[in-house]
Parts: sequence; structure tokens; C-alpha cells
Amino acid sequence: MQDITKRFPGVLANDRISLECKKGEVLGLLGENGAGKTTLMNILYGLHQPDSGRIYVDGEEVRITSPSKAIHYGIGMVHQHFKLVDTLTVLENIILGIPSKKLLLDLAPARKYLLKLCEEYELFVDPDAEVGRLPVGQQQWVEILKALYRNVQILVFDEPTSVLTPAESDQLCRAIRRLTAEGRSIVFISHKLREVMEITDRVTIIRDGKFIGTIPTREATQLKLAQMMVGRPVSIVRKPRPALEEKKPVLVMKDVNVSDDRGVPALKNFNLIVNAGEILGVAGVDGNGQRELAECVVGLRKPASGTIHVRDRQITDVVADPSFVGFIPEDRQKTGLVLDFSVSENLIIKEYDKQPYIKNGVLKYPVIKKHARSMIEKYNLKTPSGEVKVRNLSGGNQQKVVIARELNLGPVLDIASQPTRGLDMGAVSNVHDTLLSERNRGAAVLFISAELQEVMALSDRIIVLFRGEIMGDIDGETADVSTIGQMMLGHPLEVGI
Amino acid sequence: MSLDMIVNWMQATLRWSVPLILVSTGEVFAERSGVINMGIEGIMLSGALCGIAVSFFTGGVFMAVLVTMALGAMMGLAVAFLTVSRRTNQVVTGLMINMLAMGGTNLLFALLSESRRTRVATFPVLFPQSMHNIPIIGPILFKQPISTWVALILPILSGIVLYKTTWGLNVRAVGDNPQSAATVGLSVIKIKYQTVVLSGIFAALGGCVLTLGEVGYFASGGMTAGRGFIVLAAVVVGGWDPFKTALACLVFGAADAAQLRFQAMGSVIPYQFLQMLPYLVTVIALTIMVEHSRVPKTWGAAYDRRDV
Repeated sequence: MQDITKRFPGVLANDRISLECKKGEVLGLLGENGAGKTTLMNILYGLHQPDSGRIYVDGEEVRITSPSKAIHYGIGMVHQHFKLVDTLTVLENIILGIPSKKLLLDLAPARKYLLKLCEEYELFVDPDAEVGRLPVGQQQWVEILKALYRNVQILVFDEPTSVLTPAESDQLCRAIRRLTAEGRSIVFISHKLREVMEITDRVTIIRDGKFIGTIPTREATQLKLAQMMVGRPVSIVRKPRPALEEKKPVLVMKDVNVSDDRGVPALKNFNLIVNAGEILGVAGVDGNGQRELAECVVGLRKPASGTIHVRDRQITDVVADPSFVGFIPEDRQKTGLVLDFSVSENLIIKEYDKQPYIKNGVLKYPVIKKHARSMIEKYNLKTPSGEVKVRNLSGGNQQKVVIARELNLGPVLDIASQPTRGLDMGAVSNVHDTLLSERNRGAAVLFISAELQEVMALSDRIIVLFRGEIMGDIDGETADVSTIGQMMLGHPLEVGI
Repeated sequence: MSLDMIVNWMQATLRWSVPLILVSTGEVFAERSGVINMGIEGIMLSGALCGIAVSFFTGGVFMAVLVTMALGAMMGLAVAFLTVSRRTNQVVTGLMINMLAMGGTNLLFALLSESRRTRVATFPVLFPQSMHNIPIIGPILFKQPISTWVALILPILSGIVLYKTTWGLNVRAVGDNPQSAATVGLSVIKIKYQTVVLSGIFAALGGCVLTLGEVGYFASGGMTAGRGFIVLAAVVVGGWDPFKTALACLVFGAADAAQLRFQAMGSVIPYQFLQMLPYLVTVIALTIMVEHSRVPKTWGAAYDRRDV
């Protein structure tokens, strides 16, 4: 692929990117979220048309105008979000779209060939199982077998390991090695450095839609790749901060019992105090009551018993007042934002019925737009304008919209639930800075994250949740990984050690 | 209730169900590919008038069927162009087609008013007179016109097409996950066009059978009386399966036939209520069945090939 350029409305997704994959090699394509990896590969597979640039297969220039053209040139793709029809069987999915002269489906030879492929690459699936009922790992095998059935010579994997267990990842690696041994070429898209180091022969790095470089994996180190990917040195270190003056409790939870969606207890006799001017980090493996904790503090989930106070106010109902409690929910796309509303609309969605945004029941758009402009400037939002749909922003900028809305009015309590999930490193550090400045302003910050590193980097105090109970409450300054790790596995902190 | 009455009722059940089954055959394919062709009521109505008019002017039933199918294909093409290429809302588009057909057929029928009183040639009966007199099955089956036999065989045929052919597999894939169909090189647009045109052809044919099946006349002002909509319900109740959908059509037909008989018996129930019966059965069946059926995943949704 040479000098590929692709422009989407308002974004330059690919800016003169070139990459070359040789016969029988694994080429890594590395870049942060939104760097343009998937766009580039969609162009290769004919799903998008490039604005300029050329593609060569076996030395000949080709024009790939549709996926069927791509298949014709021997290019296959395992998409990040599988392109399988859930209601059809494995076998039906595999033969779907293969031109056939016969009127009736001829499944017997297809089944035989499929079973042979399963055997050969050690990717076992039941041809008659309905795809929607298979575990995701096996769905991945179906995608790979689908490409192999078409005898592709170039196979693109888009973030293949994100849905696989470690054992399945090993199995995938074995299959990839077998493929390259046969002389097929693999393009392996990822933002995980470790697996890129393990499996690839060469790595091409792109950043912000631009080509940064291609280096042989042997000569690379994780640190070097990370720097090329992000464009500056990276590391999460504990950030310096002024000392906490006096302890003034903001959030007080007393004997709270809460159930999850299935009715199973999620928090058990839960007691917690978060003070003004401190970041309380909540560590723990995902699904140990973190979500329910955040939801019951903002009143989205009613506790079965116990009381929750923020300052002097008891929380009995949904708190939708960002001047009181700021809430950054864990799923910004589903809970935090209305994706098809504009940036300016999302920014006032909790206050649209208050002055100055409304008068006599009519929204005052000039005021709303002006507010958006000032927020875009203040929070350094990267968007063409305030009238762009939030859907079209990158993950990091979507999170900035949520943060701008929730924290701009200076709430007494901030709840940040997995605020950096799915963000690239630049956006992560942006979120961290924001939370720290909130703490320094004097807000109480409840910071929930499954990433131990960032909890340790940011928190004044750390609690560890395990099955709805607090395993320990330790000082952030002196915390160490092994103590927290033990608590995350369910061993309570022994007092006095 | 005498045996005669039951035989008579069953005969009428088939008569009322046949147009529904024909229309549903096409609609199942359209909806399986994701497009709800709500215009089938209007297409059916147009087919009814077209059939009778062509039969009147040419005297040939065969010719009438051919022309009606061509008209249905054209109207299906129009629906496909609007909903698939232009991505208009499928419900609104269907309603528009229905309004258009309602007004159009009334106008044309008024212009052709000479045919109003005349009865025209209807579908031939396949079996010889002697077989009509076999007790029970004679009047129920052998006395029926050819269209009934077509409708009885059709669900089996369309089941084979949907589940056992490559094209059928493509249709099912397109309705459940058009993006995935597109990534294996299928033309989603082309397949949707094919199924919608097919639904147009069968809808027109169903209308044609309504008039040429037995009665041989057209009644102005909504001859189809919402049968197209009943088919839409039958497809849902039948879980988008050709065979079960045909069964649902039979049930609705039976309800329709029953209410006419009740009316004739002079029951104490007001006739307006009896007329409501088939529609009531539809509503009840819908509420009971909807939970159990698996909707095509992109049912009624517009497909944009740029979404990947």
C-alpha cells in the first residue's frame, strides 16, 4: 500500500500512509485507538475507497472497489467486530457468498473441506452449531476458517486477541505461524505492545493517521515502540500534590446493602467516608460491586438498606445536578452521552431546563452554542465545532465532553467510574490531570478503576473491593502492588501488619 | 351444525386463505431480507383490478395473470427503489403506496365502469366434474380452482428456496447481518431488490386471485379490506417461516369464513362484531406469538453500504 490518504468529514484518517507486507511474514500494525489502523485495513479490504494512493498485490497495481474484489485478489480479513451472521450455522456462515453454479446448497463437500481445515490449523468448531451460541473465541476461529476456506494469501487480523483468553491467544499464535510457514502473509493490527513483540517480524507504526516508521521487531523494544506510538516518553508515575488540610467528610455511606441487576447482593454492609480534597481510589477486579457503588451514590440504584449522605443531603433519588455531584459513568457511550446529539447539546443535557439555557419553554440556542464554544476552549476539546455529533468524536474527546459537563460547575463530589477505559495514553493522562486538579480544588473524588497502576498513581487513599466488601483501606502514598494484589484476590488486609 | 355446513365452511376457509397465502409467500422473503413491504395491501388491490380488467378485455385468464405479475413487479420495484436505494421509512412508504393504490383503483374502475356488472372468466378448475362429488374432500379440494392448488404447494416450495438454496441463504444472511453479507462479497442491495420485487409480484397475484378465483368481479372502495395488513401480521405470527406463515393465513381465513357463516345463521351477536372476528384473531395471535418468534435482526431498518 502506498501513500494512502483517506479523509472523513472533519478528520484526516489516513495521511499518506505506506506499508508493505512480504510473503510469509507477519507485519504488525501498531497505533493508538483512533490512529487510523482500522481505516487503512478497511481500504485494503475494499470497504472504503481511498482518496488517493495505490495498492499493489504481487507487484501489480490493483483497484479494490469492494470486498469481493479483495477476496478475488486473495485478501481476507478477521474484523475486530466479527462479521458473522449469528442466526446461521458455522457451515452456512463459511460458505456464505461463495459463488455456486448449483441452485441448491451443496453442503456435504463444504463440510468435508471445513473439517479438514479445522484439523490442519487446530481450530476446532462444530460445523452445525449456530454461530450466535458459540463463545467469542470460537467465533474468532469461524472468521479465520472463513478466510482460509477462500484460500486467501494475505490475512488481516484486526485486534484479534482482545476477545481471547490467554490459552486461546496461544492457539491463535500457533495458527498464525502455520499460515506464514505456508507462505501466506499476515497483517496483525494491535495496540498491545507485548503481543506485537511476540508474534511479528516487522512493525509499522502509525500515529494520528500519519506513517511514523517500519522497523524489524528484532531491533525494537517495548519502550521504543511505545514512544513511536505515542510520540513522547510514557510512564505512569505518582503525581505530586499538596497535602490534605483537614478531613471534612463529603460522602458518607453507612451499612449500605445493594443488589445488582440479577438481584444478587453487590455491596454488603458497606461503610465508606470520602473527604473533601482527597482522591479515594477503588481498586479491585471488575464486577466486584464497583458499578453498583457508583450507581447508588448518584441515586441510580436504590439500596435495600443503609443510608448515603453527600454533605448534609441524603441521597434518595437520582442526583442530576452537576453543581452538586459530578458523575463520569463507566460506559460513556451508553450512559454518559447521547451519541447522535451534538456536542453543545450533550454539554447542557443535565441543565437544559434551567436558566440561562431555556426561557418560557424554548431552548435558547445562541446561549447554548456560546456555552459550547467556551467549554471547547476550556477543556481543549478537539472538534470541528460544537454542532458536530458526539458520535464522530474520538473516545478521548467524548470523555472530555462528559468531563466538561459534569465537572465545570465545581461539584462537591466527583465520581469517576473507569474514566480511562478504552482511551489512548494521551487521553488517559488528560483525565488524570483533571481529576487531580479537582482534588486540589477541594472536591471529594471517588475514583473507580480496574487498572491498578492508575489507582496507585492517583489516589490519596485506596480501598480494595472484593465481592462487595472492602478488603482493606490503605494510604495511597505507601501502597504497594503485592499488598493490593492480595486484597484483590480476596484476602483481607490484616490489621497491625 | 350439520356436516354440510362444516364442509361448506372448510371450503370457504380455503377460498379466503388462498390470496393471503400467495401474498405472504413474497412478503416472507422481503422481510427475511430486512425490508417490510407494507405496500402489499395496495399492490394487492391493484392486482385485483388489473386481473379483472385484463380478463375482461382479452378474455384470457392466463394473460390476466401475466399482466398482473408484471404490474406487481413494477410496484415492487418502486417500493424497492424508495426503501432500499433511497432508504425511506418503510412504514411511511408502504402507507403511501396503499393510499395511491386505493385512489388509483377507484378512479380506474370508475373509468372502466362497463365491466362493473359483467362477470369475467375466472380460474379453471383442475379436476373433472365427477370428482367434485366425492363426499367431503370433493367440494373441499377438487372443486377448488387451480389457484388453490398453487397456494397449497407454494409454502413447501418457498421453504425449500429459503432453507435449501444458495439464494435463500443469502436472503437470510442479508436480513440478519447485511454488513457481514457485504464483507463476503454479496450485493446486499441487489438481494433486497430481488425479494421486494418478488413480494410485489406475489401481492399482485394474491389480489388477482381474490377477484378471478371464483367471484369474477371487482368491488370499488377497498375490495381487499385490509387483507394485506392481515398478511403482515401472519408473517410475524408465522415467525418469518413460509410454512408457519401459511398456517397463520389459514387460521385467519377460517375466522373470516366463520364470521360470514355466523352472520348467515342470524345469530344474536351484532354482525359488526362478527366482521371484527378475523382482525380480533389477528391481534390475539400477534400478542401471543410475538414473544416466541425470532425477528430478522435488521427488520425494517435501512441499510447504508457505507456503514462498516
